Amino acid sequence: MNIGLTLFAQSLVFLIFVAFCMKYIWPVLKSAMTERQQAIAQGLVAAEEAERKLGEAESGAEEERAKARAEAAQIIEQARQQANQMIEDAKGNARAEGERLLEAAQAEIDQEVNRARESLRRQVAALALTGAERVLEESIDPGRHERMLERLAAEL
Amino acid sequence: MASADNPTSAEYIKHHLTNLTYGQHPDGSWGFAHSAEEAAEMGFWSIHVDSMAWSIGLGVIFLAIFRRAASRATAGVPGGLQNFVEVIVEFIDDTTESIFNHKNDLIAPLALTIFVWVFLMNLMDLVPVDWVPELAKVFGIHYMKIVPSTDPNITMAMALSVFALILYYSIKCKGVGGFLAELSFHPFPSKLLVPVNFVLEFVTLIAKPLSLGLRLFGNLYAGEMIFVLIALMFSAGIVFAMAGGVFQFVWAAFHLIVITLQAFVFAVLTIVYLAQAHDTDEH
Repeated sequence: MNIGLTLFAQSLVFLIFVAFCMKYIWPVLKSAMTERQQAIAQGLVAAEEAERKLGEAESGAEEERAKARAEAAQIIEQARQQANQMIEDAKGNARAEGERLLEAAQAEIDQEVNRARESLRRQVAALALTGAERVLEESIDPGRHERMLERLAAEL
Repeated sequence: MASADNPTSAEYIKHHLTNLTYGQHPDGSWGFAHSAEEAAEMGFWSIHVDSMAWSIGLGVIFLAIFRRAASRATAGVPGGLQNFVEVIVEFIDDTTESIFNHKNDLIAPLALTIFVWVFLMNLMDLVPVDWVPELAKVFGIHYMKIVPSTDPNITMAMALSVFALILYYSIKCKGVGGFLAELSFHPFPSKLLVPVNFVLEFVTLIAKPLSLGLRLFGNLYAGEMIFVLIALMFSAGIVFAMAGGVFQFVWAAFHLIVITLQAFVFAVLTIVYLAQAHDTDEH
């Protein structure tokens, strides 16, 4: 336990070690740690920023979706109205066409009836004339009696 | 040395507390001391080879590990070694920043070196006391103290180096006049009391290296002594040997705290003293 040269030798070694540590160890480790700290801090800031942007995008997308939904609903509504309108129009047309056809048919029927009645009258007139001729044995002048016979036929 | 093969308790203890000393014998020849008395006769011009070898070896291990970590240091994802080293560096850095408010790139590396190196030197205390000395005996080396911090030369050398830094930074930051003024007008700011102040402050100043060096030495020396005493129990019958085993374990566990704490105290006090040396606007 004698104080001796060891004291100086150890002091020298100590100072060399400290110098080495100060030059080659501490700054290197410290700068790496500081750098990493900054990188992590930047990463956190970036993450926060990204999260904020994501939130913005999500709310934007929600808005877009709502708008699209409203638009779609509007389009469907319009289409339904249009379809209804078309159906109504078609119904109207069909009804009108039907009526028209009905009328035409009625007119034709009337015409046919008239024609039939006319021809019937004529035939009746002819028949009556023929019958009368037979009865009278050609005594009647057809030219003279035709008007009378026609009047008779019209009364039928 | 009288009965090296079968020493008495006193001889055993003394043997464990003697350094391997190289120096000049009184007859003028140089060589290793073969007994504690011979070592004492060598006086100042002798060197404790074991203390130096172990402390340098441990210091080199410390620097090698940390240098390896530093050379591979990356700001990216750190590996295992880098994590381990960075924990210590961060710890010392935080401690330094909380105590030392000035700009000085020396302080933190100094504290790191002290903390780790002293811790490693203290750690040698946990190696069973007979292992290395017995191994050394095989190689013909008769004395081998493997705990450098139980050698007051080692602890005082570090303490005095720190003291030199305290004086250097005191004078650098305050100037010679400022430093002397601080010693003279503190704690009592009166010209009448300058001698009283000076005595008080001078004692405070001198107490710094002593408290640093002797605290570490005292704690470790006492711890080592207890390990030696416990080791003595192993040769005193089965009951004592078993009790010794328990004591050994308990003391080693307790000592783990002591050695860490002592290393930390040395580092922190160094920072505190150097912070005081930098404080110019005190009072």
